[in-house]
Amino acid sequence: MGFSILDELPKLLWLVIGLAAFAGVIGLLLLVVDRGPRARRDWWQAAFFLGPAVLLLLLGLVYPALRTAWLSFFDGSGETWSGLDNYVWLFTQPEILIVLRNTLLWVVLAPVLATATGLVYAILVDRSRFESVAKSLLFMPMAISFVGAGIIWRFVYAYRPAEADQIGLLNRVVVAFGGEPQQWLLNQPLNTLLLIVVLIWVQAGFAMVVLSAAIKAIPSEIVEAARIDGANAWQLFRSVTLPSVWPTLTVVLITISVQTLKVFDIVRTMTGGQFDTSVIANEMYNQAFRYGELGQGSALAVFLFALVIPLVIVQMRTNRRVREQQA
Amino acid sequence: MAKIVLENVDKVYSGGVKAVDNLNLEIADGEFMVLVGPSGCGKSTALRMIAGLEEISDGTLSIGDKVVNDLPPKNRDIAMVFQNYALYPHMTVEQNLAFGLKLRKTPKPEIERRVKEAAAMLGLEPYLKRKPAALSGGQRQRVAMGRAIVREPQAFLMDEPLSNLDAKLRVQMRASLNQLHERLGVTTVYVTHDQIEAMTLGDRVAVLRDGRLQQVDTPKNLFDHPVNLFVAGFIGSPAMNFVTAALTENGTGATLKFADHTLPVPAETLEERPALRDYFGREIVLGIRPSDFDDAEMAAHNSGTMEVVADVTEELGTEINVIFTVDAPPLEHEDAAALAADAAGDGDDEDGVGAGLPLARDKSVFTARVNPRSVVRPGQPITLAVDTRQLHYFDKVSGLAIGHPANVAAKA
Repeated sequence: MGFSILDELPKLLWLVIGLAAFAGVIGLLLLVVDRGPRARRDWWQAAFFLGPAVLLLLLGLVYPALRTAWLSFFDGSGETWSGLDNYVWLFTQPEILIVLRNTLLWVVLAPVLATATGLVYAILVDRSRFESVAKSLLFMPMAISFVGAGIIWRFVYAYRPAEADQIGLLNRVVVAFGGEPQQWLLNQPLNTLLLIVVLIWVQAGFAMVVLSAAIKAIPSEIVEAARIDGANAWQLFRSVTLPSVWPTLTVVLITISVQTLKVFDIVRTMTGGQFDTSVIANEMYNQAFRYGELGQGSALAVFLFALVIPLVIVQMRTNRRVREQQA
Repeated sequence: MAKIVLENVDKVYSGGVKAVDNLNLEIADGEFMVLVGPSGCGKSTALRMIAGLEEISDGTLSIGDKVVNDLPPKNRDIAMVFQNYALYPHMTVEQNLAFGLKLRKTPKPEIERRVKEAAAMLGLEPYLKRKPAALSGGQRQRVAMGRAIVREPQAFLMDEPLSNLDAKLRVQMRASLNQLHERLGVTTVYVTHDQIEAMTLGDRVAVLRDGRLQQVDTPKNLFDHPVNLFVAGFIGSPAMNFVTAALTENGTGATLKFADHTLPVPAETLEERPALRDYFGREIVLGIRPSDFDDAEMAAHNSGTMEVVADVTEELGTEINVIFTVDAPPLEHEDAAALAADAAGDGDDEDGVGAGLPLARDKSVFTARVNPRSVVRPGQPITLAVDTRQLHYFDKVSGLAIGHPANVAAKA
């Protein structure tokens, strides 16, 4: 099983061809834009530059979205029209209702807890001597993919029979305190909560970094003015810090909410959605690609899409408001 | 209300930088005290120590007979107005004004009464429901003042509160500040780098430099009797003219010689400052205020004259500034260098002439303020009268004013 660069040559060749094609297309675009007629120049210049991106977006995003929506009205094979059957199934099938309940649990708990953890941490380490070290510690999980995080935490929750040595951190601690080792990922509803912990572990760092920057952006004079006005630490937080970082807090909360709605990797790697831990994205994958139920999978995807849209709208509104305030 | 006393107060930062060095200052009850000096002189640090925002490295600070070194800001019963106003952006004007009172659990009707009163005093009533972002700079400034007023504190601390306003508004607010102080009579410590503000507002003005107090006195005394070169050059606009001159005795009195000019020293000056006699036959630094010049043809005092050629004339309507060179090397003293650096870095000093004339590198640049009806024109010769009774004399080495009571006392 030796690795020979010669075997990889065709791939490298394709790489070079790809890069050359890219350079060629860009060159051609620039040439055309440069030499083109002067009439309505700005209009078609914009069209030329936007064209490739719009094309790729249409092919890669809009078309699949429309096709998924279309497929959600067909049966498993994607050939027979089935009307709203898939949506009826979505909201009546007991297993799917559990999936919806789990997703709700995720969306309610994960963003709030991750943001709160990040905020508390950011305030605690703010202007302390070890700020940068402390911050990188919490931020590090951000560098790990959800799959990696899932595998790490599966070890944390690992179970061995009582007589064996516990290799899982959590059971080790439980045993050390004289408890019985638990099959953490099997007992619901605790197992879903334990999965949520993984997402919080990953996302709290993100929340902390963004909120920390927002806290540092509060003018020091305002904090000083509040101290002279007589505010104690809690009043300072409630009346100055929190209102000042509120727009940022909303952005963080919504960003993590969207992440949470789409959560798939953590569930997939840790339980595969078994033991009543599945969520919409995982169920969509199972239905569409494992059970061959294209219609039901598509219906789940459309539902997920519908859930994300309002969040994105709020997100964009907040962004605009923040920008206007700064202006 | 209370007096504020600083005794041997030091501020040493962790890097070993001494921002305030052995500061002694007694601010009387109800007094308006201005701390003034170039940037980095320690005036803001001193104010922040009074506020409790900076720790005091050494010495004692008392407000109203109580040592407050270790009291947190909120327990010092002071209110502060910041340069950039530091209004709470998410609160309305009304909430901004009431915040401090609310935190102190003042009864609601009392809060309402005080907020209403302050708003009326400052003309803020139409804006009570607005947020700071919807206010102009001047309005924000008034809210910041109002926030201090409603607290009815022992003392107001103000850190360059007018420096973010445009020139015209600054002059207006300066006047209102004066009225406000007349009316409330609260002890006020006011920090500024603008000597005009210092002179117009202060009951007394403390001039600081490099963390050390140079002189504290009434504006008039600072102007008429500066204790050293630095104070002399810092106070007054346009700045005092300096030149190294030879002091010689001649029969009845004494004369000063520099370049091709000779000025008599009046007998009464020698009587007032006997120490000047020690300098006979030596060089001293001579200081002449621009306002102690005039066009000889219309001068009231004509005890000495200088024949010069006007390089530049600035007609201000109420007066004409005549800028001319004197064929003597510019003053080389650390105080003069510090002043020049300050003037160069200080963009908003409207009258900062002289410092930046590169053409006159090996000559002294002088400014004379003459009668507006003078016919002086650039490039034309003019005879200037000098009011020699108002001349200032400084030791060439120490920069101290010769015969100034404070310096005489220090020597004795």
